Amino acid sequence: MKLTDEERQIFCEILAESDVSRESGAWQGEDERASPVADRPLGRGRPAGSTGASDAARETSSQLIPEGAYNFRVNGKSVGRKSTKNINVVPKEGGKGLDIYIKKDTKNEAVHIPVAISATGLKEVVYNDFHIEENVEATIIAGCGIYNCGPEDSVHDGIHRFYVGKNSKIKYIERHYGFGPGRGGKILNPVTEVYLEDGATAELEMEQIKGVDSTIRKTTATAKNNAKIFVKERLMTHGRQAAESIYEVELDGKNSVADIASRSVAQDLSKQTFRATIIGNNICRGHSECDAILMDQAEVHAIPALDAKTKDAELIHEAAIGKIAGDQLTKLMTLGLTRQQAESKIINGFLR
Amino acid sequence: MLELKNINYSIKGGSRKILDLVSLKVNSGDFVVITGPNGSGKSTLAQIIIGIKNPTSGQIIYNDTDITNLSITERAKKGIAFSFQQPVKFKGIKVCDLLNIASGAMMEKDEAGKYLEKVGLNPEQYLTREVNDKLSGGELKRIEIATVLARNAEILIFDEPEAGIDLWSFENLTKVFKKLKAEKKTILVISHQERILKIADKIIVLEAGKIKTHGSPEKILPQITGVNHETD
Repeated sequence: MKLTDEERQIFCEILAESDVSRESGAWQGEDERASPVADRPLGRGRPAGSTGASDAARETSSQLIPEGAYNFRVNGKSVGRKSTKNINVVPKEGGKGLDIYIKKDTKNEAVHIPVAISATGLKEVVYNDFHIEENVEATIIAGCGIYNCGPEDSVHDGIHRFYVGKNSKIKYIERHYGFGPGRGGKILNPVTEVYLEDGATAELEMEQIKGVDSTIRKTTATAKNNAKIFVKERLMTHGRQAAESIYEVELDGKNSVADIASRSVAQDLSKQTFRATIIGNNICRGHSECDAILMDQAEVHAIPALDAKTKDAELIHEAAIGKIAGDQLTKLMTLGLTRQQAESKIINGFLR
Repeated sequence: MLELKNINYSIKGGSRKILDLVSLKVNSGDFVVITGPNGSGKSTLAQIIIGIKNPTSGQIIYNDTDITNLSITERAKKGIAFSFQQPVKFKGIKVCDLLNIASGAMMEKDEAGKYLEKVGLNPEQYLTREVNDKLSGGELKRIEIATVLARNAEILIFDEPEAGIDLWSFENLTKVFKKLKAEKKTILVISHQERILKIADKIIVLEAGKIKTHGSPEKILPQITGVNHETD
């Protein structure tokens, strides 16, 4: 793959190790080993083995290539694609996206489909459909980064549809990232649709913590009998950024489960809106949680909705919005951190 | 090592005095316990020493330097450690994170674990747990004390370390204090607990914001409890 430094940097951000991989073998955060008070940038930063964000831009293309199936998309075109024995990555006509087929009984395999936009003014809508057969266990890593150095808005609207077969378990990690000196906006509007068959499980990690000016993220899911969906959203906005997260989950099946947990930090003049609707149509359990730290003149709006259509639906919503607790800052300052270091530590921990 | 000179602390525009001309000295290696009735100003005094509250007037001298106007961070860096009466909870910050921050270095697992063992917690079970409300009050308290021990500070200040912990934990806590005393650490404890008072080299009794009396446990304990005591 021939990539610019900025495009490599985007892929490094998106392909950085997931929380799960960091936590599985490490007793402390991989990204914090360098210093106990590391004011690390709030972007994840680097793939395994890399030495830092600036180094990340110098990664060779071969180091970026992940194991398993993948498709790297840059400025509307695929620049690298691979299928495996069990995962078939097929382009849709006209470069409008991908159909990804994961075979029955596939275990512990991954597919990476990162997107980079470095051409200012590019606006694209991409459809990626995942056809996941029965008894699959797979991880899907996606996301989009925009580098905008010009005056026009760059926009990526990614529509991902997951058809998850019986008893399959997928983990979907989506990271969004923006940077660049241009006046043009960095705009991302992801749509995620999840259709869970009996006994299927989807674990979604949605992360946007740097540089995206405007986002409307819509995620919908339907769950049949014994199906489960878990959503973990991590969001940070600053400047005049705006982010809206919309979740709508229909628990149709008996003993279906939904858990939506959003943690966000809003800084400066940024605005966030969190809308979560859980509809219980059967014996089911649903829980949504919005936890936000508010700083400066930022605003956060949490609009939860629970719609129980049977007495056997157990639905819960929790929301907590507020500034960083004074006693947390004080505690960390008594341990020797400055106020700024303490704030950074609290925010990084909160968004972990 | 630490000297408070004529500390006054008032609230409500000076109309209510919490501390009234409090002066005391803590020498290197001393184990001093400040005791007194609820509302006598003990915790306020501890918070003034660490810098959480600023005195209305008076001076705090630490190792011959006036630290009255220094920030909490600056005082911490000078070697003053403080254990909160109510442990602070965090979302996303793990026990190992707090211990690493406290020690100022990224410790190996075994090294960090030793501080938990000192307070009777199993490192395997606690190092990677978040310091949040899934931990009991007693567990949080022990972790709070472990972070203070990990500071390796010159002077350790504990504000009612016995608050909110069970009997078993308290037994362990007294052992920790006896060990710190044997190591000649400089300790200032705010406490009501007789067993902690008995470990002290010196007890200061605060009442209505003033030092009522001070002296050895042999002298002070009979005055407080009305019975003679043998000290540890």
